[in-house]
Amino acid sequence: MAGAKERVLRRRIASVNSTKKITRAMELIAATRVVKAMQRAKEAKPYATQITSVIENLSAGGAAASHPLLREPEEVKRVGIIAIAGDRGLAGPYNAGVIRAAERQLNAARTEGADYALILCGKKTNDYFTFQGYDIATTYTGMSDSPTYENAREVAGEVMRMFTDGEIDRVELVYTEFVSMGTQKVTVRRFLPLESTDTVAAEGGGDSSALAAFEFEPSAGGVLESLLPRYVEARLFGAMLEAAASEHANRQRAMKAATDNAEELKVKLSREMNRVRQEAITTEIMEIVSGAEALGSD
Amino acid sequence: MLQVEVVSPEAITYSGEATMVVARTVGGGDIAFQAGHVPFIGVLEVWSAKVIGTDGSDEFAVHSGFIQMANDKVTILSDVSESKDEIDVDRARAAQSKASAAVAADDTDVEAIGALKRANARIAVATGEASH
Repeated sequence: MAGAKERVLRRRIASVNSTKKITRAMELIAATRVVKAMQRAKEAKPYATQITSVIENLSAGGAAASHPLLREPEEVKRVGIIAIAGDRGLAGPYNAGVIRAAERQLNAARTEGADYALILCGKKTNDYFTFQGYDIATTYTGMSDSPTYENAREVAGEVMRMFTDGEIDRVELVYTEFVSMGTQKVTVRRFLPLESTDTVAAEGGGDSSALAAFEFEPSAGGVLESLLPRYVEARLFGAMLEAAASEHANRQRAMKAATDNAEELKVKLSREMNRVRQEAITTEIMEIVSGAEALGSD
Repeated sequence: MLQVEVVSPEAITYSGEATMVVARTVGGGDIAFQAGHVPFIGVLEVWSAKVIGTDGSDEFAVHSGFIQMANDKVTILSDVSESKDEIDVDRARAAQSKASAAVAADDTDVEAIGALKRANARIAVATGEASH
């Protein structure tokens, strides 16, 4: 008869094993998604590069830099914080990292004596800030896995509206930068106001061809006016794609660790179970032998 | 020869060589580029952009965007661009009649005006009306 302890162990092993199957599946899914997300981030690069290069050329062409998105406020009354993280957990420190950095920005704004406006992408950030009782301006969910340009346009449009309406005077962007498969870094970037076009141009790294004098249509200022919002959208889109790739990479790593741990636990529990079973058998044999001896001596 | 690239935010959608590129800019009307054109940056109208190569041509409906010409390289940056084969003419016609009705009812309806422009551009590209 199997002992009670053995039965308990057997049940635990079965449970660990099924958990392992789940984490293993999640690991594999994340692995394929991270490749796709990296690919998309790569494909989106040319647009950002090109748009930066156009700004470079505009700046060299002497476009007047007096766009609302370039407005440097005299006094920062309210800071907008865009936090891009995931809708789902089980991704190791991914969501927590962004949340912590965003909260730090928020506290920094408070020490400056400014108010804050939280613009959250991802259910997890929303859960946290709601739970902590912070005031949330807007939340966007359902776009963290594979963000489209439409998503970026929606979020960027709202942020630009808030900024040009003067509801917020500065915007910080908190997201996770995808450095490589092994490294992802929580990054805080100044999102708005844009640095002057000269700075964009200087930091651009686009393939500048700003040697020749350009002709503009309708005018340098006119082109700039319709270009800057696109630039803001493209920047946010790039950040979202990197965040998505980071999320999948983090999840893959977390799930691999979980699978490894489950395997280890399974081995440990099996050993324990075998020992218990062996003990039970030994005891049983001892009982039979000693019983037989007791009978035989009669 | 001109190097031509059509770039959307999500990917490079077209890349090739051409002898001439024809597009329409906001306020400027149609403009054609050939090799040696002066450097140029323009805001594109919702209309067609035609890439004419040595063997045939490709035409796109571009829904606003930018065109940059420099060093014999033409770059079209557009949020949405559709090639001739991608356009569903029947759908575009339906959208056109719906949008023009909406514009007739309220000529300040910005969305309807935009939709009408897009539908017009699509039909023009698909039927070849926009052949410059």
